[in-house]
Amino acid sequence: MTTSTRRSVLRTTAWSTLAVAAALAGCSKKEEAAPDASASAPAASAAVAAAPSASAPLKIAFAYLGPVGDGGWTFAHDNGRKALEKELGSQVQTTFVESVPESADAERVFRDMVAQGNTLIFGTSFGYMEPMLKVAADNKGVHFEHATGYKTADNMRVYDNRTYEGAYMAGVVAGGMTKTNTIGVVGSIPIPEVIRNIDSYTLGAQSVNPKIKVKVVWVNEWFNPPKETEGAQSLIDGGADVLLQNTDSSAVLQTAEKNGKYAFGWDSDMTAYGPKAHLASSVNIWGPYYIKAAKDAINGTWTTGHTWWGVKEGAIDLVSISDKVPADLKAKVDKVKAGLKDGSFSIWKGPILSNDGKEVLKKDVVADDGFLGGIKFFVKGVEGKVPGDK
Amino acid sequence: MDTYALLLAATLNAGTVLAIAGLGLLINERSGIVNLGAEGMMLVAAIAGFATAVQTGSDWLAFGAGALAGALMAGAFGVLVIWLNTNQYATGLALSLFGSGFSAFVGINYTQEHLAARPHFAIPLLGDIPFIGPALFRQHPMVYITIAFMAALTWFLYRSRAGLVLRAVGESPESAHALGYPVRLIRLMAVMAGGALCGVAGAYISVVYTPLWVEGMVAGKGWIALALTTFATWRPSRVLLGAYLFGGVTMLQFHLQGEGVAISSQLLTMLPYLATIAVLVLISRNPVWIRTNMPASLGKPFFPGS
Repeated sequence: MTTSTRRSVLRTTAWSTLAVAAALAGCSKKEEAAPDASASAPAASAAVAAAPSASAPLKIAFAYLGPVGDGGWTFAHDNGRKALEKELGSQVQTTFVESVPESADAERVFRDMVAQGNTLIFGTSFGYMEPMLKVAADNKGVHFEHATGYKTADNMRVYDNRTYEGAYMAGVVAGGMTKTNTIGVVGSIPIPEVIRNIDSYTLGAQSVNPKIKVKVVWVNEWFNPPKETEGAQSLIDGGADVLLQNTDSSAVLQTAEKNGKYAFGWDSDMTAYGPKAHLASSVNIWGPYYIKAAKDAINGTWTTGHTWWGVKEGAIDLVSISDKVPADLKAKVDKVKAGLKDGSFSIWKGPILSNDGKEVLKKDVVADDGFLGGIKFFVKGVEGKVPGDK
Repeated sequence: MDTYALLLAATLNAGTVLAIAGLGLLINERSGIVNLGAEGMMLVAAIAGFATAVQTGSDWLAFGAGALAGALMAGAFGVLVIWLNTNQYATGLALSLFGSGFSAFVGINYTQEHLAARPHFAIPLLGDIPFIGPALFRQHPMVYITIAFMAALTWFLYRSRAGLVLRAVGESPESAHALGYPVRLIRLMAVMAGGALCGVAGAYISVVYTPLWVEGMVAGKGWIALALTTFATWRPSRVLLGAYLFGGVTMLQFHLQGEGVAISSQLLTMLPYLATIAVLVLISRNPVWIRTNMPASLGKPFFPGS
């Protein structure tokens, strides 16, 4: 009696472990065919036939971190994919796999994509770097594009957006709108990209309000709406009244809405999710890069390297600025935007101090991309330490 | 001081989701059925509740829709494991995976929807007491209903005849069958009640806790609720306390981070599961403890007449 009960306890535990593993492994797949070639205008058919790609469209696959419907990071990438399809029409055929975990599963997904004949593959999350590198080494004829990473190969290159420019502009708005001089950030995973965004948000806020303090909480995931909610709630409880998130859903904005505070949209325009709380959205516009990458592959001009686009190239923008933001504050944002566009303004220009008092950037020195890519410190004004930093 | 009041309030709110689902799972586990499908049921209920809230604007109808969705899924599970005697663990897992896929499929059109501004709740007078007011008396009514429900469930299980029968079915279905009780029907009702409560919890997540719908938004709370019933050694009051404890750990982790205290949040995230394993080890070591705490027929199929 006792032994059998004990065994069943063990069995319960074993099954539960299996269950969690299975749940984590689950990822869904959807395909979307490009518009049929025969649907293109008949008058143009001769011209189309002359193009080398008309008979066999370039097969392009995207691996997404979250579901397309996240309303944030993945949604923005999918908009980019749609822009690509619209621009290049029957020259390309795109497919995507959503909710691909940042684990060994990603490698399986990439190998699957290669097996299906895709010759241009986009991996849209940092954690796909190592799996993609492995698959790229085995498939020299396929072009790989990795978002937000830093490792490249002959047939794998890196692309990213200067999301910190959006964070800085959001910071300018936040600094002008806060009443408590305390603003908050719900961070995802403490990698340089996210830390740089938190720092830039802080620098933006300090540019209009030197008394700004910034509180940070980490949820250690890119996409977990309840956890993002809990993190946002604790920031609000701690006195922060304008929130930014570097996570992938609209949960933080909605939490601010519920509490009568302000927040921003991130990656995609999130106005609809919290019309009262929403101050502006920092958006990623991936379309131009996806079009360029596909054209490179079609024309045979694809070479490895790094691409880091921002406001200047039309890849980053601060949009849907709320009517609650006073005109003079809006003007400040416009000035920053114009400066980023023509190159007359640099966000990371010294003197900049880290929050333990060290001068990390000397007066009038402008940080280069190498510096920006390795930021692992908080600037002065951010509370707490970067996790893992001794 | 105010910060701690708000921390307490957030803890109650976070614990409520776990408590509702945990109490539901407790009912079906007391009848001897383990339903590992909690996560899937909560997800389907979350989209059912959210869609209802979007269409009707009523939170209470949304909870009802969530309960119905949860009960229907649990009913299907019940028929499979109680009448067809499929393996409870495998079937529960299948239910969970089905639920996450199905909810994503039907919810695709609701990802861009949003609910109207959520009302604030406060109990008159009590809500105005300094510290205690913001900490305890400005919650969604569901928080108080959950506490009342815990008391009612305790009374039902230990003081009512029907509760005694339910526990008898979970301890020894053969004896209950010999006495003439419809064991399978009772188990089905318990499983559906469990599903309905998981459904209310799911709807609470998508309508009140994080008022939006995105795929996979329950994000493991169903698994924590399952762990919670074991952690609480199948007692309603301990389920409630455990839920507040687990909810509190989550909120405290963020609170400490916001204060700039260096503590590994990954470590705190593991705590509920570590605590559950510790409890399992403790009670499994002692034959008396396991007999007094765990429903004896938990997870075992019942063949009437065998």
